[in-house]
Amino acid sequence: MFKEAEIRTFVEGTTNYFETSAQQSATVGSPYLVTDGKPGAYEYTGVIGITGARKGIVYFTAPRGMLTVLLMRMQETDTSDENIKDLVGEVANTISGNARRDFGKHFVISVPVIIAHDSEKVTTPHSRSFVIPINWRTHSAKLVVCLE
Amino acid sequence: MEIPDGRKGTLKLMIVDDSNIIRRRIERSQQIARLEVVGAASNGRAAVEMFRRTQPDVVTMDLTMPEMDGIECVEELIAINSNVLILVVSALADKATAVEAIEKGANGFLCKPFTDRQLNDALEELLAEA
Repeated sequence: MFKEAEIRTFVEGTTNYFETSAQQSATVGSPYLVTDGKPGAYEYTGVIGITGARKGIVYFTAPRGMLTVLLMRMQETDTSDENIKDLVGEVANTISGNARRDFGKHFVISVPVIIAHDSEKVTTPHSRSFVIPINWRTHSAKLVVCLE
Repeated sequence: MEIPDGRKGTLKLMIVDDSNIIRRRIERSQQIARLEVVGAASNGRAAVEMFRRTQPDVVTMDLTMPEMDGIECVEELIAINSNVLILVVSALADKATAVEAIEKGANGFLCKPFTDRQLNDALEELLAEA
């Protein structure tokens, strides 16, 4: 069972991502538990499968507006759909990979799977997920952690 | 490291990462006059093929990639040219992974996310070995 205390690892990974990549802090709201298997998604979602010592998924989901500005903050001028999808996967990959600092090398992460323009397709393997709300500039996004 | 005649002062850089954004960012950020980007690959298998063809002196290497991961790719590149300088650039933040990469032959490890300054500092440190 994923412990509430372990959520801190992902909160820190999220704030560190924005501080370092965008050079601009994000505000993380209070994480909350969703038990109906529907934590929700925005237009673009990067899903990381977790295997090894832990099993489940971690996903980062955000609207196009936020991802476009994030790309621009990273000095990237190509804000095509392909690059937006690339970015949402990279954010998910980076936050999940950074979690190995606390969870160790047996927290095995997959390459990102991207779901765009169809948020209904974003599903979780278990009914119970933690949602970390993220506010950055005027945009909202979320990180969803669904682990056994 | 021996630099081929006619190329003194310039080292060839190959970028390996499955993210186009990261590949472009590394290409943009590296402002070290001694580096010339000769290629970019999105997975380990393509990187090995490109490595044989372009013979870079320096490689930045992601670890989590499709087809062939970065650790296996580091081993393959070192088997081809043990003098190549490899900077691993990865989100995998546990010490065991960094140690494994170094043991396989990588020369440095930069954790994602990174700032332009952190990248340039890591490359400068790597080039100090050249």
